[in-house]
Amino acid sequence: MAMTIHCDIVSAESEIFSGLVELVVATGSLGDLGITYGHAPLLTGLAPGPIRLKKQGGEEEVYYVSGGYLEVQPNLVTILADTALRAGDMDEAAAETAKKEAAAKLLSQSGEIDYSKAAIQLAEASAQLRALQAIRRNARK
Amino acid sequence: MAGAKEIRTQISSIKSTQKITSAMEMVAASKMRKAQERMQLGKPYTSRMRSVIGHLANANPEYTHTFMKQREVKRVGFIVVSTDRGLCGGLNTNMFKAALQSMQSYSAQGNSIDLCLIGAKATAFFNRFGGNIVASTRDIGEAPSVTDLIGSVKVMLDAYADNQIDKLYLVSNEFVNAMTQSPQVQQLLPLEANDDKELQHHWDYLYEPDAEELLDGLLTRYIESQVYQAVVENSACEQAARMIAMKSATDNAGDMIDDLQLVYNKARQAAITQELSEIVGGAAAVSS
Repeated sequence: MAMTIHCDIVSAESEIFSGLVELVVATGSLGDLGITYGHAPLLTGLAPGPIRLKKQGGEEEVYYVSGGYLEVQPNLVTILADTALRAGDMDEAAAETAKKEAAAKLLSQSGEIDYSKAAIQLAEASAQLRALQAIRRNARK
Repeated sequence: MAGAKEIRTQISSIKSTQKITSAMEMVAASKMRKAQERMQLGKPYTSRMRSVIGHLANANPEYTHTFMKQREVKRVGFIVVSTDRGLCGGLNTNMFKAALQSMQSYSAQGNSIDLCLIGAKATAFFNRFGGNIVASTRDIGEAPSVTDLIGSVKVMLDAYADNQIDKLYLVSNEFVNAMTQSPQVQQLLPLEANDDKELQHHWDYLYEPDAEELLDGLLTRYIESQVYQAVVENSACEQAARMIAMKSATDNAGDMIDDLQLVYNKARQAAITQELSEIVGGAAAVSS
């Protein structure tokens, strides 16, 4: 039987998965990566996309994350998933709103922010679609 | 019987107040359960995040992030988490006291203070009390989401990165149990390394992409998750405190009704006695 590692997937608002797995396939910010037992310690960002787990015994499960971070320790994989949609521009806009709130003024939204929002939504939707396709493929097997 | 009637209206008015407070107590009790659940749900993320950051602090990275460097303190930032609504006993007041105490110890040393306020009550308090408010968020609601907090936290983190503040604290209420909530002041920045004995040998992560970009995002998430957890915990505290406050208000209303009922009965009895003695006196006068 293949060697297993412990894998945790958590988001700020709930715990998603915790258990032993043989293989983790995630969408890293620089490309897909697969992690098995004995992987070198690694820290990487995650792009929106599916996370495929091969659980102990060969059963597969697919989760969708909208970004986050992945940490690999010799016997532990931790995935810190984001719940909020993130991008530099949007964070900037949120910070601006908080500042304005302090001065008790209203923020009028500019076109640029809407554009970046739309771009994220597009990336999100296509990633979700990929996750769905992966799940469907699994179901057909 | 004029006095008795007044007392009767007073009793009925207190009774309706009691109905309201007991309804609020029950609402708070059910909301508290939900808030507690939310608090439990967020815990795994915070603890995993803390362990990742702990590993990171023990690694021997070629790059040290600004958030991990200690520096001389000139300005101090405080993130104060309060409730949006009142009627929750001394919850906010106690927390503001703890915050002010900690702020005073810094201003005594000649450090200036920047404030980031979460919740309407904190905004109202520090507007009256004074203080340099750089960011504020309010109307977070009962189910706060991380998205609502990103902005205010970013203002403080940017200030830290730009050397505008040299230390960052988080002030909020800790949920001990339904009866007890205690204010706590915890240091967010600079990060303090924890001593995990297992990982003391020399090693470092592979970073993908580069360490700087990655740590920047990760540490921001870490601080955000800490603040989020504090906000969720504070909302559980709010409901618990409101439940207790409304319970004691209901009890007090009950006591007041009992007292008034006694006064009313006495007044009524006195009126009857008086009437009787008048009749008896009248009858005696006629028969004699």
